Amino acid sequence: MSQQTSVLYDVPGPRQRRITLISSVVAAVVLLVGAYFLIYQPLADKGQFSMELWGPLVDPSNENFALVWERIGIGFKNTLTAAALAIVASLVVGTLLAVLRIQLKSLTQRRFTGMATPLAYLLRGVSLLLSAVTRVCVEVFRGLPVVITIFFVARGFPEFGIAMDTLWYLVIGLTIYNSVVIAEILRSGMEGLPGGQREAAAAIGLSPLQTTRMILLPQSFRIMLPALISQLVVVLKDTSLGFIISYEETLNIGKQIIGVLGNPIQVYVVIAVLFIVVNYSLSKLAQYLQRRLSQGRKTAGTPAQNPPPAALMSQAEGAGSA
Amino acid sequence: MNVLIDKFDVFAGGFWLTLQICVLAAIGALLLGAVVAVLRISPVPPLRAVGTGYVNVFRNMPLTVVMFFAAFGLPALGSNADFLRIPGLDAVFSRLDTDLPYFRFALIALVLYTAAFVCEALRSGVNAVPAGQAEAARSLGLTFGQNLRYVVLPQSWKASIVPLGSVIIAMIKNSALAGFFGVVGDLSATADQLTGAEGYAFIPVAIGISIGYLIMTVPLGALLDRIEKRQAVAR
Repeated sequence: MSQQTSVLYDVPGPRQRRITLISSVVAAVVLLVGAYFLIYQPLADKGQFSMELWGPLVDPSNENFALVWERIGIGFKNTLTAAALAIVASLVVGTLLAVLRIQLKSLTQRRFTGMATPLAYLLRGVSLLLSAVTRVCVEVFRGLPVVITIFFVARGFPEFGIAMDTLWYLVIGLTIYNSVVIAEILRSGMEGLPGGQREAAAAIGLSPLQTTRMILLPQSFRIMLPALISQLVVVLKDTSLGFIISYEETLNIGKQIIGVLGNPIQVYVVIAVLFIVVNYSLSKLAQYLQRRLSQGRKTAGTPAQNPPPAALMSQAEGAGSA
Repeated sequence: MNVLIDKFDVFAGGFWLTLQICVLAAIGALLLGAVVAVLRISPVPPLRAVGTGYVNVFRNMPLTVVMFFAAFGLPALGSNADFLRIPGLDAVFSRLDTDLPYFRFALIALVLYTAAFVCEALRSGVNAVPAGQAEAARSLGLTFGQNLRYVVLPQSWKASIVPLGSVIIAMIKNSALAGFFGVVGDLSATADQLTGAEGYAFIPVAIGISIGYLIMTVPLGALLDRIEKRQAVAR
């Protein structure tokens, strides 16, 4: 960031710095006055700053304090449980899906020589069909909003007599969407690798599956780690969608607290701060890993890899539904 | 399967409303995101701090929480988001003008949330412009504004179009949440209404709703893939 900004403009001199300082102080005063009249006053008029509303959240001596935070704790634990389950499940399913799609792709290029002609045609047809089916599935589930996926799971499963805890509806819904996204991330990582990797693996006699498992997949994980972690942040944020199927996560607990205490703004501020702190530290972790990895790659002397496609990276950063 | 034919107008209406939300929110998010992006790369440190703070807050907060703030916080501030009833615009997008404010609340939440991602997409485009370009412009004596306007932004546009596209696709998907926050009659609210209260069979409704969303997201995604492949070749 710092080098980037300094490229766009000259380093400010003493006069510029003085002007900046004075004008920002003036602007800050104007903004504070504006905020006082436009935000603080209306809120204070409605008594939004009274201890009656904030007390249960910030004042340990309040009678409700312990209970409220215990409930929020439960909600947060539920959020984290659902997020952890969904993350593990979508990583596993996503990896399998990526491997499957890579395998099917190489299978469609095989001509099955040395078999009876009808059999060879049949096998080629089947592999083409499977490849197309997985492609369509990926496109469909990537294009659907994750809210809708969760909603469909929660509404559809009981219709077919599969009754489960709401936790599992949420986890399944999140997994369907995120495993597809993760599969696409990993697959593009594998396809971005230099072709020599695959050829070298074939030359020493590894089967296609072994090539994927031992050569391509580990490298792809490594390149795509930042994108993967951003996607995991997205999963954590998406867990808050559990409230639409009344899973008892943080927001839902918040709603219950509001129902009793009647302080929506205060509760949502606290919940927002909780989410921001956790997600911000996860994003920082992703940045740190990215730095570490780019250093590691330099010293290892491997050839420069193709950068991951921008669409997928930003998909991982922006695509989550909430 | 009958519900798809019988209730075709409901599905079409839901699609139309979702499309309206998406178009309006996309316009708003692009404008606000551009402003935040300029703040984030501006030479004035306090403005930079404001931009960075905005992005950090909204990128790390679930959209659900932003929606809650818009739907409960704004009324508490005494606002019904009336400022969104822009004359002329509300003639085309009739929902802006109706009395229930939820459409406007959902719009505000979507714009605020998406703007943070738009800002990041634009900034990544600016970062992709070779440093020599901005340096050359500076050594010609161009100011920050001229530098952005004549040298950096025209080039960065190319690099940010793909990330911007994915942000917009994500926003289309995010707009499904609006149906659960009081917006009546968009695609997700339609799904809830038809399978819940009206008791239609689940599968046909699910297919109809999915098609509604896929019509918007899949072609856009395919277009982005094409643009990206073409750019990769050009590079």
